[in-house]
Amino acid sequence: MDHRPQAWGRPRDDVYGAYDASYMSTNNGPTQHTQQPIVTGTSVVAIKFKDGVVIAADNLASYGSLARFTDVKRLRKFAGTSVVGFGGDVSDMQYLDRHLTELSIDEAYKSDPGHSLNARNLHKYLSKLMYHRRSKFDPLWNSLLVAGLDDEQKPFLAATDLLGTTFTSPSLATGFGSVLAQPIMRRYAPDEESAAQLTQEKAVEVIKECMKVLFYRDARSMDKYSIAVITKDGVDLKEDEKLENQSWAFADRIKGYGTQTV
Amino acid sequence: MTSIGTGYDLANSIFSPDGRNFQVEYAVKAVENGGTSIGIRAKDGVVLAVEKVITSKLLKPSANKRIATIDKHLGAVYSGMIPDGRHFVDRSRDEARSWRDTFKTPISTSDLASRMGGYLQAYTLYQSVRPFGITAIVGGFDSELEAPVDGEVGSGPSIGAGGKVEGKHGGPGLYMIEPSGMYWGYYGAATGKGRQAAKAELEKLNLAEGQLDLKQAVKEAARIIYVAQQDNKDKEFELEMTWISGANGPTKGRHEEVPKELMEEAERLAKKALEGDDEDDEKKDDDKMEL
Repeated sequence: MDHRPQAWGRPRDDVYGAYDASYMSTNNGPTQHTQQPIVTGTSVVAIKFKDGVVIAADNLASYGSLARFTDVKRLRKFAGTSVVGFGGDVSDMQYLDRHLTELSIDEAYKSDPGHSLNARNLHKYLSKLMYHRRSKFDPLWNSLLVAGLDDEQKPFLAATDLLGTTFTSPSLATGFGSVLAQPIMRRYAPDEESAAQLTQEKAVEVIKECMKVLFYRDARSMDKYSIAVITKDGVDLKEDEKLENQSWAFADRIKGYGTQTV
Repeated sequence: MTSIGTGYDLANSIFSPDGRNFQVEYAVKAVENGGTSIGIRAKDGVVLAVEKVITSKLLKPSANKRIATIDKHLGAVYSGMIPDGRHFVDRSRDEARSWRDTFKTPISTSDLASRMGGYLQAYTLYQSVRPFGITAIVGGFDSELEAPVDGEVGSGPSIGAGGKVEGKHGGPGLYMIEPSGMYWGYYGAATGKGRQAAKAELEKLNLAEGQLDLKQAVKEAARIIYVAQQDNKDKEFELEMTWISGANGPTKGRHEEVPKELMEEAERLAKKALEGDDEDDEKKDDDKMEL
C-alpha cells in the first residue's frame, strides 16, 4: 500500500513506470486563475443624503506605481437609475461593465418599464456574482460600491468585493478611502438618521473634501475625478471634474520619507 | 394564380416554370391578413405603430405587447403570424447580442436588417422548412455620438493615429423585411391588412424632405393606423406605439413605449381627424372625389 495521498488513484509506478507529467497540461503547467490585479483603480467614496446618494472616484488607472491611464471612467450608470463605482482591476471592471450592459438590455426586453432593476437588486446580483467567482477560485478583483434608490425610492448604498462580502452603511469607501475618507464622512453621517438630514450640497461638499484628502495622501490617486449624484430625478454624472482649492501647506511638516536626511 | 394545382406550390425550394416560389407568395398572403403595422422615419427618430386586433374580450387591455425591443436602440414590429414574429424577435436579439460580443459595439439598424434578411431568405431554400409568415419592420437609431464601445474606460487619443474622425455619425434607420428575405430601407413602411391605405397616407407626409419631427410623426402614426383600420370598423383594436430618438431627444437613444400622455393626445387627434373626415364625406362628397 502506498500511503502517499498524491499516489492514490494513479497507475502504480512499479507496474506502469513513472507517470509522464507532461500529459497533465498542454503547455505551461496547470491552469492559473487571477493571482493579482494588474491595472488598478484606487478608492471609491460615497455618502447618502436626504434625497439620494453622492458617489465619486478619480479618473486614474495605475499600472503598479505608474500612473498609466489618466482618463478612466470608474463610475458606471446602470439603467439610468443606479451607479456602480469600481475599485481594483480595470479589466475585470470592463468585464463587469459589459456584463451589466447585457443585463440592462435583457431588462429593456420587458415592455413594462415599472419593473426595472433598482440599486438594491443590482447590488444583490453583483454580490452573488462576486461570491460565485471567488468560489471558483477565479475572483473578479474589484471592490464595488452600488449607489441608487431602493424599491421604496429611498437612498441606497452598499458595497461588495472580490470575496462577495456585502456591507451597507450611510457612507462607504473602498481601498485607501476606507482609512482616509471614511472618518471624514462619518463626522457628517454617523448613522442613517444623520444622513437623512444631510442636504445634497453638503453631501457633495463632503465628498469633494474626501477626494481632496485622498489626493493629498494616496500616491495612486489623481486630481481629476468623476462624481455622480443620484436622486429620484435620475443620475447626474460628471466625468471630468478637477480638484479645487488644494492646500499643500501641511506637506513641509511631513518628515521621514524619500531622500530627506532629517 | 393560374399555376395553383400544378404541383409547384407544394414545396419550398422548387421554382415554378415561370420563376416563382409559390410558398413565399402564400406566406405574403398570411401577412396580408394580419393587423396593420407601420413605421415612420422622421428627421430626429423613428416611430413604430401597430393595430392590435382584439381577438377576445378576456384579454387584458394593453398587455400582450406586439412591438419588441431588439437592443437598447432597436425595435421591431411585424404583421402576419404572431408566433413567427416572436421567433423573428428572438433571432434578432441573438444577432444583436452576438454582434456586441464580437465587436463590443451596438449593431447598426442596417446591419441587423441585413442579418435578418439573410435569415429569412434561408427559409425559402429548403424542403424541410416554410417561409416566415410575417413582414417585419425594424426601426432603430444608431448613436450619433462617437462610436460607442461597450466597456470602454478611456476616451483614447484625441489626435493622430487612433484619433477621432470628424463628421456626422449615425441617425434614424427604418427597414422592412418580407417573407422572401427581401429588405429595403424606407422613410415610411406599412404592412398588414391596411397597408394600402397606410401607404397612401405615408406618401402624403413627404418624409423624404426630412421636415417631419418625431412628435409629429407619433401623431401621424396614430392617425394612419386609425385610417387604415377604417375598412374593417367592426373589429375592435388597440393601438400600440413605440419610438426611438437620438441621445438628445426624448428617449435618449433608446427604443421605448410612447409615454401615456403623448399616446392619449395622439389617439384623441387621430379620432378627431377621422370624425372630421366623416363629416366631410357627408357634406361634400364631390369635393372628396376631386382630392
